[in-house]
Amino acid sequence: MTTADKKPLDRQTMCSRLAMEFEDGWIANLGAGMPTLCSNYDFKDKDIIYQSENGLIGYGPLAKEGEENPNLVNAGVQYVTLRPGSAIVNHADSFTVIRGGYVNVTVLGSYEVAENGDFANWKTSGRKGGGIGGAMDLAVGAQRVWIAMEHVTRDGKPRLLKRCALPVTAVGVVQRVVTDLGLFDVTPEGFLMREIAPGYTPQEVQAVTEAKLIISPDLKDLQVT
Amino acid sequence: MKNKVIATFDEAVADIPDGASIMVGGFGPPGLPQNLLGALIRQGATDLTIITNRGDQTNAKANTGHLVELRRVRKVYCAFSASPHPSQASVFEELTESGEMEAELMPQGTLVERMRAAASGIGAFYTQASVGTELAAEKETRVIDGKTYVLEYPLHADYAFIRADTSDTFGNLQYDLTQRNFNPIMAMAAKTTLVEIEGEIIEVGGMDPNNVHTPGIFVDRVIKIPPAPEGLWTLPSDRNG
Repeated sequence: MTTADKKPLDRQTMCSRLAMEFEDGWIANLGAGMPTLCSNYDFKDKDIIYQSENGLIGYGPLAKEGEENPNLVNAGVQYVTLRPGSAIVNHADSFTVIRGGYVNVTVLGSYEVAENGDFANWKTSGRKGGGIGGAMDLAVGAQRVWIAMEHVTRDGKPRLLKRCALPVTAVGVVQRVVTDLGLFDVTPEGFLMREIAPGYTPQEVQAVTEAKLIISPDLKDLQVT
Repeated sequence: MKNKVIATFDEAVADIPDGASIMVGGFGPPGLPQNLLGALIRQGATDLTIITNRGDQTNAKANTGHLVELRRVRKVYCAFSASPHPSQASVFEELTESGEMEAELMPQGTLVERMRAAASGIGAFYTQASVGTELAAEKETRVIDGKTYVLEYPLHADYAFIRADTSDTFGNLQYDLTQRNFNPIMAMAAKTTLVEIEGEIIEVGGMDPNNVHTPGIFVDRVIKIPPAPEGLWTLPSDRNG
């Protein structure tokens, strides 16, 4: 591999890598921003049902410009379309879907994830307010909590930590994290690095990670198939 | 059956006193009661408590963020109290940072469930959302079947402002698509519910009971949105951020 091949993964690759493991018939809730890219993955014959906090069950792709229905948005307030078989419920029923354990997977963005499965995505330091939305409900209600985020902050500080420094969103719930440097599972022993961005060495990834990484004996390059 | 149709938005909000608590429906532009908010802005009531998904929005022509900017809000109960990035800080954030206005932040599911509890005569409920976070630090917790839950209390309000698509003159409502969101729950939770109607107000008997989303017993005043420019309509350009 030449140096030219060595670059952090792009966001679509990161999200597609998580989406690859969605199973047929799953109900998925994608957080605003980067996680919505999961829906661009080619699921082929797999049927994925996207659920959104504001009561949409089974929505389709984004509406084309000029064809937006003013009364049809997802939780990120993007104008979307409906697929055949979709349903719309009120907010209390929508959070029954979320809190009642019916969501098979939620993919959320985050500022930090800790090796004990805590994550922090609602409040930055030095501010009184924050933005929770449905994140705390999804974190405790969804069957799987997966995180997609950059490996380090804009200032180059690690985001995979021993313990979260920012106020947590939920405790011990994260099962999987994809970053621009690799794919990590949260295990009782800590972060297990299963896949790595092509061209990087485990030592290079560890150098920008606060938590001690466990390197999978089967470590492979992260690739979307 | 009682005819609940009010001719104008100004009449509909005329009796709202200073210090009132108001649930404001909508999630993004759909279901946002812009015309009721616009009339309340003109009416002048102040020292308000607002219960809504997020209180900082000024994207629509009349929104809760405008009441906040006018310094007429004492407290907001919400699921968002800050923009994603400090560089986009709103007046809402400036006022909460300085302590001039209070914001009680909670998970969105807790927000709607607290309204539902108020609507249903439920004294309190236990939820896992926010367990182990700073929001639950001062709250009562309980272990049930090995899981930790936090105790949450109902959220009552004097008024609900909501938007629906169709009403009959008694206030039976139908919503269009994601216009529904918080609105049916708020209609049940508040003492007095005001509804702005995007579509038609029809005679009693004209709506199929199978397709009533909010029964008229929970609705007090319905007002038809007049044509623009007098009436405020939802447009894709009203979207957040």
